[in-house]
Amino acid sequence: MANTILVRANADGETTVVQALIRHPMDSGFIKDKDGKLIPPHYIEVLEFAHNGTVVLTAFWGPAVSKDPFIKFSFKGGKKGDTLSISWVDNEGMKDSRTAAIM
Amino acid sequence: MKRLLILALAALLLRPALAAERIDPARADPAQVNPAADVAAMTAYFQKKFPHVPPADFVNGPYAMDAGMRAQWQQIMQFPPYQFALDHGKDLFATAFPNGRHYADCLPRGGIGIAAAYPRFDAKTGRVVTLEIAVNRCRVANGLAKLKLTTGDMADLMAYLTDRSRGQPIAVVVPDDPRALAAYQRGKAYFYSRRGQLNFSCASCHVQGAGQHLRGDVLAPARGLIAAFPIYRSDWGSMGTVVRRFIGCNEQVRVVPERPDSADYRDLEYFLAYMNNGLPVAGPGTRP
Amino acid sequence: MTETASDNLADFLPRRRQMLAGTLAGSLAALFGAGPAQADDVVLADPKAYPTAAFAQKTEADALKAMFGRTATVSPKISLDAPDIAENGAVVPIAVKTDLPDVTAIAILALDNPFTISAAYRIPPGTAAAVSSRIKLAKTTTVLAVVEAGGQLYSASRSVKVTLGGCGG
Repeated sequence: MANTILVRANADGETTVVQALIRHPMDSGFIKDKDGKLIPPHYIEVLEFAHNGTVVLTAFWGPAVSKDPFIKFSFKGGKKGDTLSISWVDNEGMKDSRTAAIM
Repeated sequence: MKRLLILALAALLLRPALAAERIDPARADPAQVNPAADVAAMTAYFQKKFPHVPPADFVNGPYAMDAGMRAQWQQIMQFPPYQFALDHGKDLFATAFPNGRHYADCLPRGGIGIAAAYPRFDAKTGRVVTLEIAVNRCRVANGLAKLKLTTGDMADLMAYLTDRSRGQPIAVVVPDDPRALAAYQRGKAYFYSRRGQLNFSCASCHVQGAGQHLRGDVLAPARGLIAAFPIYRSDWGSMGTVVRRFIGCNEQVRVVPERPDSADYRDLEYFLAYMNNGLPVAGPGTRP
Repeated sequence: MTETASDNLADFLPRRRQMLAGTLAGSLAALFGAGPAQADDVVLADPKAYPTAAFAQKTEADALKAMFGRTATVSPKISLDAPDIAENGAVVPIAVKTDLPDVTAIAILALDNPFTISAAYRIPPGTAAAVSSRIKLAKTTTVLAVVEAGGQLYSASRSVKVTLGGCGG
């Protein structure tokens, strides 16, 4: 699978602003396919961000989060070149993770 | 549905807003076809209709008309959902064909910064060539199968090529060639002709109806209508090209859609792109 | 950060994904081997932490009880930014921020969605009490932002109108 995580993390000296976009269908379980069959729910349950190994945000998502979900938050500290890790796992046990350098 | 019916009724009762509505392409004299005058008339029509919309903002369609929608769009554009398509398109564009050649080898200027000039009239075949069709010609010339013109890899490639032209003034050319003028005129006639069970023309919604609500949507004006393509449409949950949208519009007014590579769609895109002339390339974009 | 809060968020009911742990551990080597990530840098999302029961609730009261173990009081110190009319119910930008001190969690609820809780965020010390994301709304509904701060629960709400599109929806 191609990379599913796009992240932009920018430090201004005091805080680091993190924006991420994850490629995921986030199927709600309420939508039917072309043949009229319900597409089973398939969604990211847990998404975790860590800065230099310390968790800075844990997101718990349900099936009502939009397809290709977006998240934005910020934390104190973080400087250019620091490592931010992003990791998710979905309700079918699929997962992905990556690290990015703070800009 | 009530609104839709009201709009349909209103559209039926309205006299054609532009004189062009009655043009019959079969009888049009090439000397009478005047694309430059058409785009000037359309620009003036919409500037009068929407005096508070800055001229270049017409590329933003419904977001130029409705403050609430604009605010949501600006939120979404913080990290636009087409970003995956854009990255993928860039990779596809950079990847060599099995014979070692690239898309860049078959497109003018290596494909970079060319989207503002498409569709083009191809004097050799006498047909309109959209950027999508140019990409497929390149593939066929290198022994590869054509891509679907509506979505998937083609839309991703368009996202990249359009992004590399973003901000450039759209400059579609209708050369002084009777075949080119006829193609333009056919596209214009398609745009203004009523069809389908609802008896709508493209112009019913995008000229006379522009700015009105159609249930939750706001109808975008014809000026700038396709300047932000390809788009990530929330309704689709994916990327699509202009042709994908044409098919959707046809279905909406209950018309059997044309083939994606049909002359009708090529000519229509030629006309609409010409109507964007002077506006900046604003794609890839997002729409509801 | 209060212990109560983290206990609450960590203490969730049936953990249907516990059986995943083995698979997860087994695939770690492959993951680190293949990816650009360094093992030391990645903190993996833990499926066992997911509050499954809370996400299955269909009323505000049940959802808050399952997620936080208490009820919320309205607070003017929470800013909930949501559109009055969603341009498309499938993608509704929602931003929550608050001036309340000692925030430990933020949750977004949509009262008329099939399941009440859309998203919940655990906010560790040092992370700003402000989160933006995009959610789906099934129909016109009250959206509720819930903030856990200092062991108490606060909320703010807004109505978001969802209209079907006319251009192909």
